[in-house]
Amino acid sequence: MNAVTAGAGGFISRFEGLRDRLPGAELEQVRALREEGAATLREKGLPGRRVEEWRYTDLAPVAQAQFTEALTAVGEAPALPAPRAPHRVVFLDGRLAEHLSQLPPHAAPLSARLEAAQDLLAADHGMPLVGLNAMMFEDGLFLDLPEGRDAGTIEVLNIAAHAERPIAFHPRHVIRLAPGAQLTLVETSTGPAGATYLHNPVYDIRVAEGATFTHVRVQREGRSAFQLSTIRARVAAGGTYDNFTLNAGGRLVRNEIHVTLEGPKAAAHMNGAQLVADGQHADTTTFLDHAAPDCPSRQTVKTVLAGKSRGVFQGKILVRQVAQRTDGYQMNQALLLSEEAEIDAKPQLEIYADDVRCSHGATVGALDPEQLFYLRARGIPAEEARAILVQAFLTEAVEGVTDPIAQAALEEAVSGWWEREAA
Amino acid sequence: MPAVAETIETVQSVQEGGYKWGFETDIEMEFAPKGLNEDIVRFISKKKNEPEWLLEWRLKAFALWQKMEEPNWAAVSYPKIDYQDAYYYAAPVKKAGPKSLDEVDPELLKTYAKLGIPLKEQAILAGVEGAGESPADSGRMPVAVDAVFDSVSVATTFRDELSKHGIIFCSISEAVQEHPELVREYLGSVVPQGDNYFACLNSAVFTDGSFVYIPKGVRCPMELSTYFRINAKSTGQFERTLIIADAGSHVSYLEGCTAPQRDENQLHAAVVELVAMDDATIKYSTVQNWYPGDADGKGGIYNFVTKRGACRGARSKISWTQVETGSAVTWKYPSCILLGDDSVGEFYSVAVTNNFQQADTGTKMFHIGRNTKSTIVSKGISAGRSQNTYRGLVKISPKAKGARNFTQCDSLLIGDQCGAHTVPYIENRCITAKVEHEATTSRIAEDQLFYCRARGLNEEEAVGLIVNGFCREVLKELPMEFAVEAQKLLAISLEGSVG
Repeated sequence: MNAVTAGAGGFISRFEGLRDRLPGAELEQVRALREEGAATLREKGLPGRRVEEWRYTDLAPVAQAQFTEALTAVGEAPALPAPRAPHRVVFLDGRLAEHLSQLPPHAAPLSARLEAAQDLLAADHGMPLVGLNAMMFEDGLFLDLPEGRDAGTIEVLNIAAHAERPIAFHPRHVIRLAPGAQLTLVETSTGPAGATYLHNPVYDIRVAEGATFTHVRVQREGRSAFQLSTIRARVAAGGTYDNFTLNAGGRLVRNEIHVTLEGPKAAAHMNGAQLVADGQHADTTTFLDHAAPDCPSRQTVKTVLAGKSRGVFQGKILVRQVAQRTDGYQMNQALLLSEEAEIDAKPQLEIYADDVRCSHGATVGALDPEQLFYLRARGIPAEEARAILVQAFLTEAVEGVTDPIAQAALEEAVSGWWEREAA
Repeated sequence: MPAVAETIETVQSVQEGGYKWGFETDIEMEFAPKGLNEDIVRFISKKKNEPEWLLEWRLKAFALWQKMEEPNWAAVSYPKIDYQDAYYYAAPVKKAGPKSLDEVDPELLKTYAKLGIPLKEQAILAGVEGAGESPADSGRMPVAVDAVFDSVSVATTFRDELSKHGIIFCSISEAVQEHPELVREYLGSVVPQGDNYFACLNSAVFTDGSFVYIPKGVRCPMELSTYFRINAKSTGQFERTLIIADAGSHVSYLEGCTAPQRDENQLHAAVVELVAMDDATIKYSTVQNWYPGDADGKGGIYNFVTKRGACRGARSKISWTQVETGSAVTWKYPSCILLGDDSVGEFYSVAVTNNFQQADTGTKMFHIGRNTKSTIVSKGISAGRSQNTYRGLVKISPKAKGARNFTQCDSLLIGDQCGAHTVPYIENRCITAKVEHEATTSRIAEDQLFYCRARGLNEEEAVGLIVNGFCREVLKELPMEFAVEAQKLLAISLEGSVG
């Protein structure tokens, strides 16, 4: 057994002990899902770098940490920031804290609604981290919006509360929008600065005909934390899944998104920004499956790197034969601010339909010397000129987000980053 | 526009045509026993009267190969290759020094005639002494040719002319005998024996190939060329090419290849190593036209090739240009290791796949020296039920200050049963490097087709014209005569893809 599989071994043995006490133990379907997840993890272990999808992100530090699950809820509620929206859902160590939340209509803790939600839990399809989540999840957000309902903006706080020993939590979020429904979800993940923990959320998302889901994620985990998230969204005809993810915190972070456009004129936006500072590793990996005709997709991901850090972008666009008249666009840009930073990019097109317009672009480089010169020629000191240009890059990266609540959350994470991390 | 006229003419001739190089030459051959083992490696080495060190080198490769696994990461699929079910050595039986054309095996002669090699050169190719050594009398630019027929080089032309400049151009078997010190120094120095599965196999069983050495400060006065021909049934071709351009020299090298039309799949696993010293330039052009299999995907060559150049010297330059129209399966990534400061790597590629062809091709650019520059332009055209993948790596080490890469990959789809894929890897560890990548995928625009049709071209002619335009950036990099051939090939390869 190599070290990586051994890392999975700890999770598996705890599952063996817990399996009858986990939520949904009485439901055949949920039990089967957990067993299947365990089988996947047993077979594959935590993915190593020889797995093509993981060639740039090494999970050895995750495998080496001795995580345990947070078996008891924290006694004391942490101080919460002022709410930004009328409805707020608060998670502590992956468990929905109802007493701290203002739950919107049609929302519930997943642990309480597993019977209703079980058909929406997708199989792991051989993905070890999804298997790990399936095996161990205890709770999550279950949000089931009825036809035509506009849920407005809902805020979600994911807070890691245990700080004394390495814990792992695996929330499972199930979000379904019926035809014509609308939702904006603004999610922020945070945790104590020095705490080692693993946040391994999995999202099962369904967007029905003509529904629109705007999903903004602000990842500001503690700097010793791991976040490995997997989103799987299926979008029906005329629906839109609009994701923006900011990776700013954590020691090692992977943001993996799979979107399937299942009906004509379904749309996907998978935008993001990664602010990677000394000692951090941030990975955005996306897979977009055009499985129906006439679908547009747009993606812009910007990464800025300081100190000794590593940024990864992998973006695959698959256009199936049926997906005629696909219009796909992908752009990924990286800005290097340090001699010790590394960026790895793998944009990928796999196209089986002929009547398509697909393009991708990638640029990697340092601050443009001409732009610096322009500013300095106007009397701005070098450091300040650099700060202005970095801020401009970051502002541009998040400007696609229009929801004011989301903008505020992003602004808070982005502002002053350069001064804190690099200057 | 003669080129366009030529294209149209070719497209028309194609209606009856198909793969016109698909004939087989019936000639007396000598084979090694079928199969692959240490004895075969020894057999080949002995046949070539090789020194002990080279036999040891081969045996080491063979030992390594037996422990390796065939790669499966490329986007191609083919039935498992039985490496024991092939001949690893096949050579025409040599009749000692024919003095005139009449004495040469008429079958061998006919082969060259059919492949379209000019008469003067033909005499040389068949091993006739003293003919065709005056480059000026034909009026065309002379091209020195090394012809490889199955496992052996049958002739190399213009050797005397070249030797006046100190240039060595011969088969690698001869180089082993006559310039062992050069071969020993450079063989495997760019592509080591254990580099990859197919290169490793080649290192064990390579039978022939070309060797070029351009001395310091010499600009090679003519194009050098190798023509590879697989003829015998159930053989694999494993050639090895080594080109060394010493400081300040310049050479342009062309490579062409064809094979008979057969139902069986044949393996071609070549290794090409280029070494460029300070201020040297190597331009390597390939028109790859191995038999692609028939319209139902039966037969064809498996073209699993390792090509790599090392820009060892400052300001050196290696430029790869390839037009890939043949082979059932292609697995090929001509690469540049940019070690010298200010060195330059280029990769220009057109890959056309039709029917059931599969191509997974691209390049790797390793930036190690300061201010190294690389340019990648790849044009993929898929038709029929084919799959066409660009796979490339641009890797920039922390030392490569000021490195620069520009990559453009365009794919064109003709028909809705084929696939076009782009898999670029960008790995940058240098703050002052700049990397740009662009890729597009589209089909031929209706308005372009309409424009051509309205001017009286039929659909196939129109497609030929548009495809040639799509590939222009790459085709213009080819030496003149190759460019014309490449344009014809593009049209032929796309035969039957429209309408």
